[in-house]
Amino acid sequence: MARRVGLEVSLACAEAAKLANVDVVAAYPITPQTHIVEHLAELVADGHLDAEFVPVESEHSAISACVGSSAAGARTFTSSSSQGLALMHEILFIASAMRLPIVMAVANRALSGPLNIWNDHSDIMAERDIGWVQTFAENGQEVLDLMLHAFKVAEDKRVCLPVIVNMDGFLLTHVIEPLLMPEQAEVDAYLPPYQPQQRLDIAQPISMGMVGMPEVYTEAKKASLEALLGSYDVVKEHWAGFAKQFGRQYKPIESYRSEDAEVLFVTMGSLGETCMTAIDELREAGVKVGSVRIRLWRPFPVDDFLAAIQGAKGLIVMDRALSPGVPAGPVATELRGLLYAKGYHLPVQNFVAGLGGRDVTRADFRMMLDKARKAFAAGGEMTCEMVGVKE
Amino acid sequence: MADEGLVPWRQLALGMAMPEAGSAKRFNTGDWRGKRYPVTDRDKCIKCGLCWITCPDMAYLPDESAEGYYKWDSYYCKGCGICIAECPKQAIEWREEKEEDKYGPACGS
Ligand code: SF4
Ligand code: SF4
Repeated sequence: MARRVGLEVSLACAEAAKLANVDVVAAYPITPQTHIVEHLAELVADGHLDAEFVPVESEHSAISACVGSSAAGARTFTSSSSQGLALMHEILFIASAMRLPIVMAVANRALSGPLNIWNDHSDIMAERDIGWVQTFAENGQEVLDLMLHAFKVAEDKRVCLPVIVNMDGFLLTHVIEPLLMPEQAEVDAYLPPYQPQQRLDIAQPISMGMVGMPEVYTEAKKASLEALLGSYDVVKEHWAGFAKQFGRQYKPIESYRSEDAEVLFVTMGSLGETCMTAIDELREAGVKVGSVRIRLWRPFPVDDFLAAIQGAKGLIVMDRALSPGVPAGPVATELRGLLYAKGYHLPVQNFVAGLGGRDVTRADFRMMLDKARKAFAAGGEMTCEMVGVKE
Repeated sequence: MADEGLVPWRQLALGMAMPEAGSAKRFNTGDWRGKRYPVTDRDKCIKCGLCWITCPDMAYLPDESAEGYYKWDSYYCKGCGICIAECPKQAIEWREEKEEDKYGPACGS
């Protein structure tokens, strides 16, 4: 039986890697990810986890070491944030192209400048197109659960892709939450030892990370793209398996009070919790509002998203990152494009909020709703507003 | 046909892996070299091995037929000039490829 514990979410994330019985951890510490790798280093040093902990000299080396260890057939974990994730940038594309099932926990944090160690999504939005499967956790339990699910998906022979589990820096990583810690035997039943599809082996040599000349680059990209798109069903399948094993049900899109909602907030990550509280208050005041939260970010769950917004007359899309020079933040830009492509005439108001650790409150949600409803009623243009800017 | 010789994407191996070791050997990066190539004057050479160590393409390798010396390989030398810059005795110099030398310089110089 699972134990009910009170645990800092970073430690829960590290414990998940331990429960997954990882073989190699290569990571470099960076706020607010530090506690995750610190705890893993401790677990290895104290003999609680039989793994190689590679204390590299940078994040570029961390992810490069992960590419090597994953290619050698080891279950591999790393974790980073913000500037560290940015330093990994070039290798992230290589990991997915080489189809290596590395799992990474990203403690989402603002990118400099100005230098800022607090939460937003600008680090991961700069890595949208790396070809990894990506999920967003809302709370501590979800961090732990998505971590276990990440290994399951990454190593599935129909997928063979790296996976990122996103968790809001500080807002999640540094919060002590009550959660259910599964037994090792339960995790082992869900996640058997890693069986690599191919690996570097002197007895049967192969070459990995080949040059892709113009004659083959396009086909190689197509193969990676199809693998990512194909992971959609596998992600859902392994969430169904997770529910069977652990009793907790996850979906690509999480809806809240959305059945009769005229307006839907669209959020990602921990903001979903504040949003639900705001919705409860608004519902009491008779406002037909609900929310959808994007848990699976890559591949984007098009079908689940479209099913979740049926009946809505307008969307309020929250972005926790700017996309300078285009008319909306990254999430809203994408959703407007998707809706247009699918023939929807649905207004999408976009708000960029919570940058660099700025709080997003229930009052902010009420303000956004007010503004959006006025804009919807006026049939006006779809705007993007930065929330809480002091003029 | 414009796409003659292309491999359908479904037929590519996982992650475009190659079922053999050392396939990079088949990339004759020497093809990328311009008109000049490095030549060692063995009278000046002190057999230090820096050309071997610093060449990014391992185009200088120990010469099996002359112990201590290093042999140049035209198939992989990209003509970057690092060996020339690094040789402590200025024993390596550029030489221009001649027009009539249409198959390029011979290996081993
Ligand atoms: S020119 Fe460059 S590639 Fe050629 S042998 Fe010298 S160092 Fe190597
Ligand atoms: S670097 Fe110069 S001196 Fe040293 S082995 Fe090469 S050619 Fe000889």
